Amino acid sequence: MEMISDGLLLLGGFVAFSGALGVLRMPDFYSRLHPAGTADTLAQLLVIGGLVLRHLDSTGDSLLVVGKLIAISVLLMVTTPTATHAISRAAHLSGLAPWTRRSTDLEEQEESP
Amino acid sequence: MDPVLLLDVLLLILAVLAAVAAMLQRDLLGSVMLMGIYSLLMAVIWANLFAMDVSFTEASVGAGAATVLLLMALTRIGTRERSGGDHSLPALVLVVLTGVVLLYGTSELPRFGDPQAPAQLHIAPHYLAQDIGKVSDSATPPNSPHGEGDFGHHVPNTVTAVLASYRGYDTMFETAVIFSAGMCLLLLLRPIPRRSPETVTIDESGSTSHQKSESVVLRTIGGMLIPYILVFGFYVQMHGEIGPGGGFQAGVLVAAAFILHSLLFGRTATDRWLPRWLVDLAMSLGVLLYAGTGVACMAMGGHFLDYSALDRVHPAEAEALGMTLVEAGVGLTVASVVLTIVRKVQGGTR
Repeated sequence: MEMISDGLLLLGGFVAFSGALGVLRMPDFYSRLHPAGTADTLAQLLVIGGLVLRHLDSTGDSLLVVGKLIAISVLLMVTTPTATHAISRAAHLSGLAPWTRRSTDLEEQEESP
Repeated sequence: MDPVLLLDVLLLILAVLAAVAAMLQRDLLGSVMLMGIYSLLMAVIWANLFAMDVSFTEASVGAGAATVLLLMALTRIGTRERSGGDHSLPALVLVVLTGVVLLYGTSELPRFGDPQAPAQLHIAPHYLAQDIGKVSDSATPPNSPHGEGDFGHHVPNTVTAVLASYRGYDTMFETAVIFSAGMCLLLLLRPIPRRSPETVTIDESGSTSHQKSESVVLRTIGGMLIPYILVFGFYVQMHGEIGPGGGFQAGVLVAAAFILHSLLFGRTATDRWLPRWLVDLAMSLGVLLYAGTGVACMAMGGHFLDYSALDRVHPAEAEALGMTLVEAGVGLTVASVVLTIVRKVQGGTR
C-alpha cells in the first residue's frame, strides 16, 4: 500500500511538473492553457489518490480524512476544467487569435526584410 | 535542515517576489493577479505555521474576495496604469528612512520561536491550557454535547474562544468597523446617473458584470456549485467553535456564493433570491445581534458579553451559545457588507 501510494505521489508530481514545463514551452495562450488545465486535473487526482491510500493504512478517524480528500478531489475535477473553459472563452471573446504555423511564418517574414 | 522550514523560506521568497512583481507590473490586471498569488502564498505559509484560522481568512478574503472586487473595479476603469509623473524623491527618502527605523526596531524583538519571548510566557500558557472561555460547571448533564467528556467546559478552537470571549469587545468593534465601511461605501458610491460612452466600451470588451453569462458550461457547473458553497459557508459558521473558521470566513463564503450567482445569472436573478433590502437589513442586524447578545448578558445579571450569565444552570452551554450568537452576528455583517461592496463596485445605472 505504501509503495503504491509513493508511486502515485511521484507520478502526480511528475505530471504537475510536465504541466508547468508545458506552460513555459507552448507557443501561445490557448496551447499554454491546455497543459495547465489537463495536467493539473490529472496531477491532483494522482496526488490525492496517493494521500488517500496513505490514510487508509493509518488508524483513528482516517475515514473522515479520506472523505474530505475525495471531496476536494471531486471539487477540483469539476472546477479546474470549468476555469480553463472560462479563461479560454474570455480570451476568444476578446479577440485573441489562436496560434498557427502560418501566423509565425508571417511574423518572421515581416521581421526579416 | 528542517524541510518545513526550508519550504517556509522558499514560500516567503516567492511571496516577496510576487509582491515586488505586483508593484512593478504596469498592467493592472496582472497586478491584481499577482496580489492574488501573493495572498495564496501567504495562506500556505500560515497553514505551515499551523495558524489555520488566519490561513483560512487570508485564502477567502485576500485571494478570493479582494481579487474579485479589484477585478470588478478594473472592468469599470480599464486595466492601463496612468503612466509617468508620480515618482517623488522626498517620498522615497521618507519611505527608506521609515524602513530603516522599523528594521532597527525589529532587532530588539525576541528571535522567531524563542520560548523565552514575553509573548510565550505571559498569556500563551493560558491559551494553550484552553482556560479562555472556560466556565466551571458542575451542573452539566453527563450526556450534554458540551459536557466534560467532549469539550471539557471550554470551546475546542482556542482562536474562537480568544476572539469571541477573551477579546469579545475587540471583535465587536471590528464588526462595527466593517459595518461602517459598508455604510460609507453606500454613501460614497451612489448610483451614477449616466455612463460615459468610454465606460460602456470597456464593459463590452471585457466580461460584463450585469448580464447573465452566455456559456452553458459555466452556468451549469456554477449553478451546481452554489449550493455546496452555501452549505460549506454555513458549516464554517456553525463549526467555528470546534474547527478553524467562524463568522468572518463564513460571511465571505456565503457572499461568494451570491456573487457567483449574480455573475452567472445576472443581477436581477440574484435580487429575486436575495432582495436588496434584506442585504441592507442584515448589515445592521449583524452588529445588533452582537451587541444585543452583550446587552442580554447584562440583563441576565452578568457583565457585557459575559456569556455564561445567559444560563446560570449550564454556564458552559451558555458560553457556547453566546459565542454562536456573536459569530452569527459577525457572519451576517461580513456577508452583507461584502455583497454591498460588490454591488456598488459593479455599479450600474440603478
